[in-house]
Amino acid sequence: MSILVIAEHNNESLNGATLNVVTAAQAIGGDVDVLVAGSNCGAVADAAAKVAGVNKVLCADNDAYGHELAENVSALVAELATNYSHVLFPATTNGKNIAPRAAALLDSQAISEIISIESADTFKRPIYAGNIIATVQSSCPIKVLTVRGTAFDAAPAEGGSASVEAVSSAHNAGVSEFVGEEMVKSDRPDLTSADIIVAGGRGMGSAENFHLLEALADKLGAAVGASRAAVDAGFIANDMQIGQTGKIVAPNLYFAVGISGAIQHLAGMKDSKVIVAINKDEEAPIFQVADYGLVADLHDALPEITSLV
Amino acid sequence: MKVLVAVKRVVDYNVKVRPKSDGSGPDLGNAKMSINPFCEIAVEEAVRLKEAGTATEVVAVSIGPAKAQEQLRTALALGADRAIHVVSDEDLEPLAVAKCLKVVCDNEQPNLVLLGKQSIDGDNNQTTQMLSALTGYGQGTFACKLEVDGEKINVTREIDGGVQTISLNTPAIVSADLRLNEPRYASLPNIMKAKKKPLDSTSPADLGVDTAPRVTMLKAEPPAERQAGIKVEDVATLVDKLKNEAKVI
Ligand SMILES: Cc1cc2nc3c(=O)[nH]c(=O)nc-3n(C[C@H](O)[C@H](O)[C@H](O)COP(=O)(O)OP(=O)(O)OC[C@H]3O[C@@H](n4cnc5c(N)ncnc54)[C@H](O)[C@@H]3O)c2cc1C
Ligand SMILES: Nc1ncnc2c1ncn2[C@@H]1O[C@H](COP(=O)(O)O)[C@@H](O)[C@H]1O
Repeated sequence: MSILVIAEHNNESLNGATLNVVTAAQAIGGDVDVLVAGSNCGAVADAAAKVAGVNKVLCADNDAYGHELAENVSALVAELATNYSHVLFPATTNGKNIAPRAAALLDSQAISEIISIESADTFKRPIYAGNIIATVQSSCPIKVLTVRGTAFDAAPAEGGSASVEAVSSAHNAGVSEFVGEEMVKSDRPDLTSADIIVAGGRGMGSAENFHLLEALADKLGAAVGASRAAVDAGFIANDMQIGQTGKIVAPNLYFAVGISGAIQHLAGMKDSKVIVAINKDEEAPIFQVADYGLVADLHDALPEITSLV
Repeated sequence: MKVLVAVKRVVDYNVKVRPKSDGSGPDLGNAKMSINPFCEIAVEEAVRLKEAGTATEVVAVSIGPAKAQEQLRTALALGADRAIHVVSDEDLEPLAVAKCLKVVCDNEQPNLVLLGKQSIDGDNNQTTQMLSALTGYGQGTFACKLEVDGEKINVTREIDGGVQTISLNTPAIVSADLRLNEPRYASLPNIMKAKKKPLDSTSPADLGVDTAPRVTMLKAEPPAERQAGIKVEDVATLVDKLKNEAKVI
């Protein structure tokens, strides 16, 4: 068995999500190679080579891959994949964009968001918003998987000494073009790796009120998250949505403030270690998953918590 | 411009699905079935393009059991012009669905194919990308904004960290995210009119698609249950418990 892990990066640094995928790859067994496809991404390849457990890094440094356009990167992955039994992507928006396209080029049925590896061909994954955990077995010669980061520990970023090999093939499909991007700038920790998350819902009432959450988050060194309703209402950026169709998180401590606890929201946070719910409705379903529930108006409770922690 | 929009019949999003007691799969019993919410957003976008004069025809397609006709009728009531039903009693994998859609694309020659980002039953998030691979067309997944600009389609996508805009040649394939639009409700007169709109049926075999599954479900089990917690009476108690009991702050 030999496994190709597709690195997540921004051409400058290796995204931590890659490290969780390396751990999943090691659980399958066999040599673990990492593909860094990007433009001027040499530093990323060097970082990937230092990850413990990596055998070899393939670096495809070409303008065509600079913005991770799915059409171009999937063609590259499909070409390289024929040397491997498994191709693993992180279940990030980028991984989800490229993995199924690469799989279809290989006539392989991809498996999304695996949370455990039972054997080289059998995996567990959540379906129906996490209300069912399915054990699935693949008969595809090349298995293409996306890996849910919260389900696997990060491999150590240091300790490896893999070789870096340049890959020269340039796939430029010419059907898509990057126009621009607007990234949210924040000094707070990243949602998917934060130790503590303070999340707000529709109950926050306004974007201004989110400052109450942010004050608490800053005091705790926490990340800020949100329900879909809060994002839809424009209280906060889309990137903060937690849930079935947003980010999946599992911090040590999760505050759900003014969030009712819909199935779709729970799907993204119910694996958190400790859950605190603050809601003025004592019947809110979020209390059913909360370790500590406080029935209170968030306008009173949040400043008080911030002053006490 | 001709728009093809793919809709899937799925369990309603309000239903909390549990596994069957023998663990062989989801227990759907008589659960309410609906059009997949993301597909509804895709239909709405197609209809808006038609209302804006950009699209000339909107064709809805679904692969599924006889009853998937209900969801096609919903799409017609929302404003699609006609429907294609690929009748299949098995629950097909995304790759097989994409292969069926590829043949429908070959026959219909749409300039734009709209799909949902994700089925809320299988949570796959694959079909759009796979159809794009099979057709060789550009893909704009997780769209929160779509603009037709002559022969190009500009798509703004919800990605980790923010949003990204890409420009696609036509034909193009786009998947709808939650914030692309807010779907309308079908009016009663439109529901009546939809009953008379054309709906053609075919099958994967007629389309020449091998739908044999590549991945089998060995077991369906409930997720680990969380232990029920406690209610605390005030903020001071909460903070004390977090510090001294849970030791998380
Ligand atoms: C296809 C699909 C996908 C979805 N994906 C997601 C997803 O990924 N993530 C997600 O979160 N949702 C998702 N949803 C939406 C989900 O179904 C719910 O609508 C949403 O989670 C509700 O958000 P909320 O809890 O903030 O709002 P509400 O359900 O409106 O709850 C607001 C809560 O705030 C409380 N409250 C109000 N005022 C106060 C106050 N002053 N003090 C204290 N408490 C107060 C209320 O009692 C209430 O419980 C999805 C839905 C669909 C159909
Ligand atoms: N059986 C189907 N019939 C029609 N469209 C489908 C079907 N399955 C998936 N799709 C489309 O593909 C999208 C993504 O589905 P999935 O890849 O299963 O998450 C859905 O929102 C639909 O637009």
